[in-house]
Amino acid sequence: MSTAETRPRRTPGLVPVSETLRTAGRPAPPVAAGTGPAAAADAGTAGPIQATGAAGTSGVVDLAGTPARRFGAFWRLLGSELGLTFRRPRNLVMLGVLAGVPVILGVALRLVTDGMDAEGRGGGMGGLIASVAGNSLMLAFASLSFLVALLMPVVVSVVAGDAIAGEAGAGTLRYLLAAPAGRTRLLLVKYLNAVVFSFTIAAVVAVSALVTGMALFPVGPVTLLSGTTVSVADGLLRVLISVGYVGAGMAALAAVALALSTFTEVSIGAIAGTVVLVIVSQVLRAVPQLEPISPYLLPTWLTRFDGALRDPIDLAAMRDGLLAFGAYILLFGSVAWARFTGKDITS
Amino acid sequence: MTAVTLDAGAPFGAAPPSARPAIVTRGLTKRFRGGQVAVDALDLSVPRGAVFGFLGPNGSGKTTTIRMLLGLVAPTSGEHELLGLPLGEALPRVGALVEGPAFYPYLSGEANLRRFDAADPAAPPATARRRVAAALDRVGLTAAAGKRYRTYSLGMRQRLAIAAALLGPRELLILDEPTNGLDPQGTREVRSLVKEIAAGGTTVFVSSHLLAEVEQMCTHAAVMRAGRLVAQGSMASLGGGQVPRVRVRTPDTADALRVLRSLGLADVRADGPEPGDGVSAELGGHAPERVNAALVGEGVAVRGFTVERPSLEDVFVRLTGEGFDVDG
Repeated sequence: MSTAETRPRRTPGLVPVSETLRTAGRPAPPVAAGTGPAAAADAGTAGPIQATGAAGTSGVVDLAGTPARRFGAFWRLLGSELGLTFRRPRNLVMLGVLAGVPVILGVALRLVTDGMDAEGRGGGMGGLIASVAGNSLMLAFASLSFLVALLMPVVVSVVAGDAIAGEAGAGTLRYLLAAPAGRTRLLLVKYLNAVVFSFTIAAVVAVSALVTGMALFPVGPVTLLSGTTVSVADGLLRVLISVGYVGAGMAALAAVALALSTFTEVSIGAIAGTVVLVIVSQVLRAVPQLEPISPYLLPTWLTRFDGALRDPIDLAAMRDGLLAFGAYILLFGSVAWARFTGKDITS
Repeated sequence: MTAVTLDAGAPFGAAPPSARPAIVTRGLTKRFRGGQVAVDALDLSVPRGAVFGFLGPNGSGKTTTIRMLLGLVAPTSGEHELLGLPLGEALPRVGALVEGPAFYPYLSGEANLRRFDAADPAAPPATARRRVAAALDRVGLTAAAGKRYRTYSLGMRQRLAIAAALLGPRELLILDEPTNGLDPQGTREVRSLVKEIAAGGTTVFVSSHLLAEVEQMCTHAAVMRAGRLVAQGSMASLGGGQVPRVRVRTPDTADALRVLRSLGLADVRADGPEPGDGVSAELGGHAPERVNAALVGEGVAVRGFTVERPSLEDVFVRLTGEGFDVDG
């Protein structure tokens, strides 16, 4: 909470007084939640309100009432946030583009491989591309590795970078906080929303790729990068693991974008800032002399979902990746929290 | 004029929350980075049930004060209290309109209100639909409830912002320039809405630069200048600083001056150099009809005779000096 909120301004002697007042004037909670406010539904005319929550166990007068009620209110706000994110035309367009890329990729590969069959097989196809031509499931991995480099980070940055800055720029942030949404609560809701979105885009890419792959390429046992062959069910499980891993990586990137978002009222600034960070990281990774810093760069770990294509699954690499994501989330989450809870909202 | 304070001497916590003023600030100060002092040691006390006008030229610190009251901006020093409660507990009982409307352009008016209702942890979701409908009805937006906010006119946007402030039962309404962008009809509606809300026992704190509006609506007022509070109190006590003047329109300036002086009126003076400009004086305790009779009895040709009571505008201009220029 802001310093204004946390600054003690009540004398210690006051607490019992308000406590008495609260317990005396409070109606039975479960019914009151439904009917009390309804009786006062003609909005502002009602005078002093009857508190609707149950008496809490702490010595605090609180309209939000019991922890269960507060928990419900948290989910309500998260639901509102998700509804906003997944109904917003801009976001739907981005999801559509992400779903379209595997289709284009699949069709292109199909055309290329058809052409090659006519000339006699083989010439110059890369490992992954050759695998896609041989098996429908491989299109999912190919699509993820193609999109995880730039397009998915851009899409996540747009949603997470807009989270606070967008509300600040539009002025809705002041009304959310005056409601009062609560700064920590709002930030948490914004981040969880970005996390859900992160996993959603990974899933959208995978599902689109699987459907396209099954339509264009043979379905059957999958040959992994290690050369061993696994069943279709095992292959689908590995796609699922990849989706989870990529989703977690995007959630880590979302923490970076959210942190930048708390520093500006211009969402395009936070979005562009995050994308630039991703690109700079890619460039740094490409410089051999800078090899020692690559473990600290997020993009290094984003592509490690290919551990799911080894036999046995390369758990060590994926675990290190998840730890790196966790470190990013912790670090940038703390930055976002520190900044947002102490910030003057002047927009 | 010294600041008229109500009970600003009472310490926080001396009384139960419901008995304490709706808004109290003590030495509230905001110094922005760069050293500019937006609000300087503000001691405000808004009694329960009042319609409190918060006046001041542009840039005098009104909006910064409101932002501090709502916890949007942290004070550099000093403290404040709403409804005698800690801020987090007070805010669900407070409806606010801050610096104009702000909504999601791609959502309908109704969806916008539901969004802000969801942000309030004290708002019961079961009644959300009803409360949103009631708030829209209150401001006359029912017909436009399903239209996207993007298509709303400025007046409709302002109404929607007022509806958002009325989403729940409120003990305190903080309205920053509520009639901005409204046509005369809308202004009247807001005024009667505020009166109606206040009649229900809700305290209304309304900032405005429209003095006539404040004069019509408010029971109390405070005047800010360059971040400082220059006066606060009931409308009667604010107007009481100035005495009514009698103004006589006459060509017989010299005679009129002599008669008024002989009656014992204070500050007798000609209003202009030309004969016919008239004379004026402080009425004091004199009955205006007797003053008029004395003038006529002495043969002064009285063409016009008026008693002028100071309007809030006179008080305001006297307190803030340069009228509505932006304070540096």
